[in-house]
Amino acid sequence: MNEWLYVALFVFVGLLIPVGAIAAGFIFGPKKANPIKKSTYECGIEPVGEVWVQFKAQYYIFALVFLVFDVEAVFLFPWAVKLGQLGLYAVVEGILFITILIVGLVYTWRKGMLEWV
Amino acid sequence: MSAEQIIFLVVGVFTLLAGLMVVTTRNLIHAALWLVATLFGVAVLYTLLNAGFMAVVQVVVYIGAIAILFIFAVMLTRRDLRDRGPQMNRNWWAGALIALLTFAGLFFLLSGWGSASRVAGVIPSGFDAVGQLGEQLVSPQAYVLPFEVASVLLVAAMVGAVYTAFNRK
Amino acid sequence: MSFWINPLKVAADWLEGLLTGWGLDPTLAHVLVAFLGVMLLIVILMVIDIFLVWIERKTVARFQDRLGPNRLGPFGLIQPFADIIKLIIKEDTTPGGADKVVYNLAPILSMMSVLVVWAVVPLAPVMLGVDLNVGVLFLIAAGAIGTLSIIMAGWSSNNKFALIGGFRQVAVMVAFEIPMLTMLMIPTILAGSMNMNDIIQAQGGRWFFLLSPLGALIFLIAAIAELGRAPFDLAEGESELVAGFNIEYSGMKFGMFYAGELLHAMTFGGIWAILFFGGYRFFGLELVSPFLAIPIFLAKALIGYWIIMWVKYTMMRIRIDQMLIFNWVFLTPLSFVLLMVTALLNVLLRDASTWVYAVSMFASNLLVGWIALEVARSMSKKERTKGEGNSLSLRRGVG
Repeated sequence: MNEWLYVALFVFVGLLIPVGAIAAGFIFGPKKANPIKKSTYECGIEPVGEVWVQFKAQYYIFALVFLVFDVEAVFLFPWAVKLGQLGLYAVVEGILFITILIVGLVYTWRKGMLEWV
Repeated sequence: MSAEQIIFLVVGVFTLLAGLMVVTTRNLIHAALWLVATLFGVAVLYTLLNAGFMAVVQVVVYIGAIAILFIFAVMLTRRDLRDRGPQMNRNWWAGALIALLTFAGLFFLLSGWGSASRVAGVIPSGFDAVGQLGEQLVSPQAYVLPFEVASVLLVAAMVGAVYTAFNRK
Repeated sequence: MSFWINPLKVAADWLEGLLTGWGLDPTLAHVLVAFLGVMLLIVILMVIDIFLVWIERKTVARFQDRLGPNRLGPFGLIQPFADIIKLIIKEDTTPGGADKVVYNLAPILSMMSVLVVWAVVPLAPVMLGVDLNVGVLFLIAAGAIGTLSIIMAGWSSNNKFALIGGFRQVAVMVAFEIPMLTMLMIPTILAGSMNMNDIIQAQGGRWFFLLSPLGALIFLIAAIAELGRAPFDLAEGESELVAGFNIEYSGMKFGMFYAGELLHAMTFGGIWAILFFGGYRFFGLELVSPFLAIPIFLAKALIGYWIIMWVKYTMMRIRIDQMLIFNWVFLTPLSFVLLMVTALLNVLLRDASTWVYAVSMFASNLLVGWIALEVARSMSKKERTKGEGNSLSLRRGVG
C-alpha cells in the first residue's frame, strides 16, 4: 500500500484533534457577544484608521532571497544524499553551485538590500 | 474503479475547483489561499504518481516560499484588497469561444493517447529515486550543466530583484 | 515475533484478524487499524503536551528562583488540566470584521503542522509512523504549513498589531529556514540518506554530534528561531506587540497556538536528538525492546526541550533587524561554508580510519566556528570604530 496513505491519515487525524478541541470550546463556552467584545484590540483605546499599515518593501526582498536559497537547498538535497558514493568531481560541482549563490548573497548584502530600513 | 482511481478523481476535481476559485474570488488574499489549496492538490497528485520527493519539494518550494511571496507582494502593492470591478468584460464571448476551441483541441489530442486509463507504474522496490536524481545531477554525462546553470539563473533572479528594488529606493 | 520485540505489529495483526473475522474487507480493516494506531499516537502526544505546560511553568519558576504552581495536586500536577478546562469554557470571541473562515482555519493548521511531523519520527527501531524516503524534507514541508498558518492568523484578525506581528514572525521564520535546511543536509551527507531511520542507524559508530558539533549548534539556533521562542520571539514579545499574531484569539483557539508551540518545541528537541544525538540509540539498549527505546527517545527529546527552555529564560530578546542581519550575513554563509567543508572532508577522508575521520571532522568544525567568530569580531569592531569615529569628529567640530 502506498506509504503516503499513512501520511494522509496523520493529516486527517491532525486536523481532527484541533477541530475537536475548538468544537469543545464552542460547545461549552458562553456566547454573549456584544459590540465592545467584537472591537479589535489597540492598546486599550479605540481603533484608529483602517487596518492597513504601510507595508515595508523589505519583506518582499527577504522573501525573494529566501525563495532563491530554498530552491538552491532543494537542488542540493539529492546531491547530499549521493555524496557518500560520488567522487571529488561531484563535491567540486556542489561547491561551485554553492559558491555562485554565496556570491549572489554577498552582492545583495553589499547593495544594502538586507538592511531593515 | 480501483481506490487509486477514486482518489485521483477526487483530488483532481478538488484541484480544478480550487484553481477556479483562484480566478473568480474577489478577495486577493483569498485568491492566494486558494492557490495554496491548488498547489497542495498538485502535491497529492505527485504522491499518487509515486514521486514522493517531488511532492515534498512542491510543498516546500511552492507553498513555503512562492505562496508566501505572493501574499507579501499582494500586501505590498494593494491598498484595497477587494476587486470591485466587473467579473467579465465586454468581450467575454470571444474568450469563452477560444477557451472552448482550445478545450476541444486538447480533448481530441488526448483521446488518442492511450495512457489516460492506466494507473501509475509500480516502482520496483529498492529503487532509490532521490539517489538516482542526485547521481544524474552531477554526472558529466547527464545533467551537470543544467545544474550549474540553474545556480547562475538563481543569482540572476536575485540581482534582478536587487536592481528593481534599488531603483525604487 | 514476540510481544516485547514488536508490540504494535502483534497488536495490529491481532486486531486485523479480529476485524476480518467479522467479515470486513481486508484493506478496509488494515486502514481502520492504521487509523487507530495514528489516533493512539496523537492522543498520547496531546497528553504529553498537557504535561509540557506543567514542565514549562515549573522550569521557568525555578529559573526565576520561585516555586511555580504547587496548589493543585501534588507539585501542581493538576494545574494543566485546570488550564485546559479554563480555556474550554472561555468565550470564543471573534473580532468584528475578521475573515471568519481564515480566522478559524489558522489555529487548526498550526496544530496540524506540528502533529503531522510525528509521522516520520522513529520512536523505536520498528516503530515508525511512515518510513518515508524523504523524511528530512518532510519536516520543512510541515514547517511551511505552519508558516502559512501564522500569516493567515495575522492577516485575518483585522488588527494592526496582529498584522505587523504576523509578518515579522514569518519574515524571521523563513529567514532561519535556510540555515536549518543546510544543517539538515549534514546528517544526510553523513548517513547517505534522507530517511530518518537510516540516519539513526548510521549513528552506530558515533553520534553525529561528535562529527559535527557546529552543525548541531547552528541547527539548534535555527530551530529556536523557527519556533518563535526567545531570544527570537519579537513577534510575540509580551512587552512589544502585546501578543503578536494571536492577539485576537481567545479560548481554545489560543490554546491550540500555545500548546502547539510547546509541542513544536518538544518535537524539535526530538528532531535534534534524532539528527545529532542518535535518536533512540543508547549503546544497544534499544534493541532489547521498543518499551526501552521509546523512553530513551523521549528522554533525549525532553533534554533537548529543556535546553530550548534554558535558552529562552536566560537570554534577552533580539531586535528584528538584528535577527535578520544575524541570519543573512552571518549564519547563512557560515552554514554553507560548513556544508562545503563537511562535504569536502567526507570525500577526501572517506577511506581513512574512523578515528582520523572523526577527529578531523570535529576539528574542522571548531576551526570553521573559530574563524567565523574572528571574522564577525573584526567586522563588528570596524563598524563600531566607524561609529565612534563619527561622533568624535562631531565633538571636535563643535568644541
